[in-house]
Amino acid sequence: MDYFVQQLLNGLTLGSVYGLIAIGYTMVYGIIGMINFAHGDVFMVSVFIGLILFLLITSLFGGLAIALALIIVLVAAMALTALWSWTIERVAYRPLRGSFRLAPLISAIGMSIFLVNFVQLVQGPRNKSIPPIIDGSFTLPMIDGNVTVAYKQLLIMGTTVVLLTAFWFIVQKTSLGRAQRACEQDRKMAALLGINVDRTISLTFVMGAALAAVAGVLYLVQYGVVSFADGFVPGVKAFTAAVLGGIGSLPGAVIGGLLIGLIEVLWSAYFSIDYKDVAAFSILAITLIFMPSGILGKPDVEKV
Amino acid sequence: MTLPYDPSWENAGDAPMLCVRGVRTYYGSIMALRGVDLDVYAGEIVTMIGANGAGKSTLMMTICGDPAARTGSIHFEGRDITRMPTHDIARLKIAQSPEGRRIFPRMTVLENLQMGAGLADPRHFDDDLNYVTSLFPRLRERLHQRGGTLSGGEQQMLAIARALMSRPKLLLLDEPSLGLAPLIVKQIFEVIAEINQRDGVTIFLVEQNAYHALRLAHRAYVMVNGVITMSGAGAELLRSPEVREAYLEGGRH
Repeated sequence: MDYFVQQLLNGLTLGSVYGLIAIGYTMVYGIIGMINFAHGDVFMVSVFIGLILFLLITSLFGGLAIALALIIVLVAAMALTALWSWTIERVAYRPLRGSFRLAPLISAIGMSIFLVNFVQLVQGPRNKSIPPIIDGSFTLPMIDGNVTVAYKQLLIMGTTVVLLTAFWFIVQKTSLGRAQRACEQDRKMAALLGINVDRTISLTFVMGAALAAVAGVLYLVQYGVVSFADGFVPGVKAFTAAVLGGIGSLPGAVIGGLLIGLIEVLWSAYFSIDYKDVAAFSILAITLIFMPSGILGKPDVEKV
Repeated sequence: MTLPYDPSWENAGDAPMLCVRGVRTYYGSIMALRGVDLDVYAGEIVTMIGANGAGKSTLMMTICGDPAARTGSIHFEGRDITRMPTHDIARLKIAQSPEGRRIFPRMTVLENLQMGAGLADPRHFDDDLNYVTSLFPRLRERLHQRGGTLSGGEQQMLAIARALMSRPKLLLLDEPSLGLAPLIVKQIFEVIAEINQRDGVTIFLVEQNAYHALRLAHRAYVMVNGVITMSGAGAELLRSPEVREAYLEGGRH
């Protein structure tokens, strides 16, 4: 029981990070029907941005409280990563809009390769690490043992919940989010109602990247180490999560992320750590056989 | 009695609110509009009738810049809008209830109306909501229902209501009667007359249902294969044998 709860906790932590990245995939897919293959690498860039900012801030203002430093890093990383993503969309995707469907997809793969190589070039090929940002844990007594809860796990889950709530509020309740959903459902009509569609699409990339940056900073808090190649696997996992949850669905992305995280961790804990990826992808394959549009990706009943 | 087309047909002293001149629109290499001239004056209801595929909906969309005219010009209140982006044209208070209604299916009726009000002063929202739901009481009952679950007639009402929420100067209505029961058609045409008379909204209406449209309109145009072949007062065209033969035979549908 205690072992299971412990693994559940680890799985949810990992799943939070996947879920945050998955939202970027699912939103962009929802609005322009394109898989942004560079998104995983944008996440990787955000980890580097977080790492550099953290080192910068702690060396400049040594005495700064860790909580304050983290908040500054988080906000700044979100802004800078959003800027990266905005630029990528502007340079690599927007000029291809209205071209054939595969063109932006190929461009995205190109962007992904560019980002990986760019970071390798400017940051070097080796792992970059920082000392643990948040230490410590407390034990939770269970009936038949103890569960260790690391403070950083709480931070990761807490931050995810807060930001997802804020994000959900923006999408569901503000005119900005409404414009976004309108573009997703009918771009032509949105333009007829005075919505600047290009700007709304840019904004979608910006929001997806900001959430990826949150995942990036949390990843840094959890692992404390990153290399130029670290965008690929989390990127693919998050993409899987988005598909599993039903691509285009925001709650689906979060649920998919949590599921992939849990499957991966529980499989490692009870069966074999070597086959954790196999397990995650097999579950995806099986789910898609029985639910081709994912868990929440139900096709809408629409009258014509 | 065919009325040859003459751009200076009426209201020669006033500048038209909407002035379309020599507009040609293409889909790829296919010319859908072959040089259209048309005027809509402030306060009017103008209708354009024509068969399926005549180019009526293309003209509506070309006025809104999507697809933009390849040649010719479109002026609104004296301003050249021929190549303006669609969302900037909407900002000039031209609202459209387009072909196929284009309700946002996964938004509630209220959210659809909020989308329509995006360009209006937010302080008007409650008044405008009351106004459009008094025009179409059915929408009030359905306010929190998703747009995609409405019936065809309700969707049509919602499309018109959504267009009205921006407090437009010019309202473009593309086949508001399409696919609707006769009773609802009557109701919708009554509302169109009311919007025009009581609130002074200028209306440009495209219809296949020639009888209702011509009865309602101050002036009318007939479009065939992307060109305007006739124009005149609504009642006049209603009496014209050509129009009767081509568009009104088979009764007052």
